[in-house]
Amino acid sequence: MEKKEWPLWEVFIRSRNGLDHKHCGSVHAPDARIALQVARDVYTRRMEGVSIWVVQADHIVASDPDAKPELFDPAEDKIYRHPTFYKLPDEVNHM
Amino acid sequence: MATNQEHTEYVLRIGDNALILGQRLSEWCGHAPVLEEDMALANMALDLIGQARMLLTRAGALEGEGRDEDRLAFLRTEGHYRNLTLCELPNHDFARTKVRNYLFSTFQVLLLSRLVGSTDAELAAIAGKSLKEARYHQQHSGDWVIRLGDGTEESHRRTQEALDYLWPYTAEFFAPAPGEDAIAAAGIGPAWHELEQSWEAQVHPLMVEATLTVPPRTPFKSYGKFGRHSEHMGHLLATMQYMQRTYPDTQW
Repeated sequence: MEKKEWPLWEVFIRSRNGLDHKHCGSVHAPDARIALQVARDVYTRRMEGVSIWVVQADHIVASDPDAKPELFDPAEDKIYRHPTFYKLPDEVNHM
Repeated sequence: MATNQEHTEYVLRIGDNALILGQRLSEWCGHAPVLEEDMALANMALDLIGQARMLLTRAGALEGEGRDEDRLAFLRTEGHYRNLTLCELPNHDFARTKVRNYLFSTFQVLLLSRLVGSTDAELAAIAGKSLKEARYHQQHSGDWVIRLGDGTEESHRRTQEALDYLWPYTAEFFAPAPGEDAIAAAGIGPAWHELEQSWEAQVHPLMVEATLTVPPRTPFKSYGKFGRHSEHMGHLLATMQYMQRTYPDTQW
């Protein structure tokens, strides 16, 4: 009998009052439907009003850590790109 | 008019199902095929124990003899248990556990959907809470029955075997129980035979999808809900009640 390895799924959850889905971990499951159920058991404790996304880990393309200099460093020395010099009115203090 | 005793028995039948199946599912803890399924089974066991606690508390209150959930769970002997025989059968393998969960939770969803409108307000509230859990159990186990039935040759064989083994016990779900008509007339809950058609209408298509053959009905009858249990029940209770019987009335 052939034993199939269950693929890995990455789990993203939006909490009841949350604005966006946050990555919270991963699960092994044979398909998306079961991955959702498992993610619910493991990560939400079945709090109602949450939204779950599962994505098969193979489908995620990550940036290369070795390419960090060319990808991210150039942003650091161009401070004129950063909108940090504006004086904000008090009303929008929490931006 | 339904008597207090009929009302108590009716609630006990529902509560004992949850308690005994909850006990069975908890036996899987740490033994499931994969970690994720271990969690799901424990989760469902906890749901069922939670339902049992509420229902046994309600039954104890109706009975009016000062028995709380613990007394009812731990100090009744098997002849006083009112659960369906199906719930007390050994887990055997993953296929049998999943098929049982599907057959039972489908029944439970139908029953609880009706109990939500019960004239017993407390029972209605318990049903409302439990129904959400039962729907999840039904979906989860139904998915697995399809997956296993329509899986490999070996998983198909085991799932068909599970269905053949469990099927005769499902006749008991719908067997008339004493006092049930009075319960139905008082609007407390349905007589369980009223649920048979809807149950069959859900179970058969799913089994077809799972490429399984539903066996024909046979004259076999089980009588758990009348207090006449299989040989497995005594062992289950011996394990479950050991501590309470050794040190009665301890605080825990």
